[in-house]
Amino acid sequence: MSLMTEITIFVLAVFVGFEVISKVPTTLHTPLMSQTNAIHGIVMLGGLIVVGFANDGIEYVIGTIAIAFGAINIVGGFMVTDRMLGMFSRKPKPKASSDGKGGA
Amino acid sequence: MLEAVLKPGGDAATALYIVAFSLFIIGIKQGTHPTTAKRGNLIAAAGMAVAVVTTLLLDGMGNWGLIVLGLGIGSAIGVIASIRVQMTEMPQMVALYNGVGGGAVALIAWSEIRHGISIGEDFPLDSLIPVIFAGIVGSVSFWGSNIAFAKLQDLIPTRPIAAPGQQVINAILLLAIIVISVVLAIDHESPSEGLFILLLVLAAILGNLVVLPIGGADMPVVISLLNAFTGLSAAAAGFALDNVALIVAGTLVGSSGTILTLEMATAMNRSVSNILFSGFGGAPSGGGGGGGEEKPHVSIGAQDAAIKLAYADSVVIVPGYGLAVAQAQHAIKEVADELEKRGVTVNYAIHPVAGRMPGHMNVLLAEADVAYENLKEMEEINPEMPRTDVAVVVGANDVTNPAAKNDPDSPIAGMPIIEVSEAQEVIVIKRSLSPGFAGIDNDLFYEPNTSMLFADAKAAAAEIAAEIGNL
Repeated sequence: MSLMTEITIFVLAVFVGFEVISKVPTTLHTPLMSQTNAIHGIVMLGGLIVVGFANDGIEYVIGTIAIAFGAINIVGGFMVTDRMLGMFSRKPKPKASSDGKGGA
Repeated sequence: MLEAVLKPGGDAATALYIVAFSLFIIGIKQGTHPTTAKRGNLIAAAGMAVAVVTTLLLDGMGNWGLIVLGLGIGSAIGVIASIRVQMTEMPQMVALYNGVGGGAVALIAWSEIRHGISIGEDFPLDSLIPVIFAGIVGSVSFWGSNIAFAKLQDLIPTRPIAAPGQQVINAILLLAIIVISVVLAIDHESPSEGLFILLLVLAAILGNLVVLPIGGADMPVVISLLNAFTGLSAAAAGFALDNVALIVAGTLVGSSGTILTLEMATAMNRSVSNILFSGFGGAPSGGGGGGGEEKPHVSIGAQDAAIKLAYADSVVIVPGYGLAVAQAQHAIKEVADELEKRGVTVNYAIHPVAGRMPGHMNVLLAEADVAYENLKEMEEINPEMPRTDVAVVVGANDVTNPAAKNDPDSPIAGMPIIEVSEAQEVIVIKRSLSPGFAGIDNDLFYEPNTSMLFADAKAAAAEIAAEIGNL
């Protein structure tokens, strides 16, 4: 891929990112941060490529640590986000009385 | 085992990476509403699975033992940590995950340099420059996040720690980092690995020195900023590795972290550079309680508070940082339940920076089973305040200080606040009259319609709930 193609993708991704993320309400900012945090764990792919094609002792060590770090980032990040969001999607108890009076 | 089928950099692999980042974007988009956010997270996780499997299927991959070892150890730690973490500890968890992500980027950059040198050819600048950037930012992010984690977890003092002349030292470090980067780039025919390692070390020191002087309450902003950094460093690694999934995913995270950082800074009425470099919140709080008690204020007990609340028609609860620290969310929910049993309308007013990160209070209250509809944002609840009988402030301080609105000379002038002083009556549950994070007295405490209930938030809430039940 040429550098200019990559820069094009980068710039478009900046705009997509701003567009999509500015629509997330404050209420969900903590899960959002945790989820995007999990997404940058994608650097683990770099670690996989390093180890997968390595033939040098130090690269084995660095790469394996990078994979472990990336896996913590990905697995932990998505699981903890799931736990948090599970609390939001829990069925709210029927609260007819208070809802009826809301804003009175 | 797995059969290697995809050509590295080939069309099939790239197409699968495009599927992966599309799933990330759809996943984040579903995160705009609480009912779809959980599914969105699963979609993003599926995108990650596609990206990982694609990489594992690349032709020529080997060293499976090490790959399985790394994946196994990392996944096990991730699973255990995410199951055991308390909801109140979410900010430090995010810091920790962010740190390991940054660490992974720095290590990958290092091995790319080694790999490039071992091939012995001219290192193309369009890979070398992203690798240098990824190494520096990844290293800053790793160490900065670890310090943020340690501060939030109370492993090191949360107060700002700064040496005299620190700004100068930071500036020199930054200059050295830039000079070394330029030297490495000029020498791109055979960049020195030693110099690159020095670069990582200097960036690590810088990461420590920048975050250490920042107070605990500002950490969420720092974490959000470091999250953006890690994202951008991942994008840089994508440039170096010619991997479109890394470029897009890293950039998305960079955008998200930037937006959240700016929003938080706005909600605190401060600039990002002020948060990073001022050592705000460094004013010693020792003796603050004693000095403040000179002014007249009304102090009440749990029983009085219970009576005021039980005979109100509408109550607004304003939870803050103190509630998160005291883990009082469940106890507060009990108070609300008791009140609702008596037909009192109870809503929660959420300031944008309530808790320890934006939206953190919503997570804590969701954990305590508070219905989403009862959580009102600041703009929504403020017009309701004059019609509210009792506003209960639990562990919040600066975000309720009327000085932000009334006193143009106040350090927090102009900061958006929850206008509790507009309510008929205010009950403040707080340990003492000591100033909040901004280090200034809260005029709210001395207003005639304000009653102070001096206690731990959790204990006080439990007592009030019991008293209401007895009425």
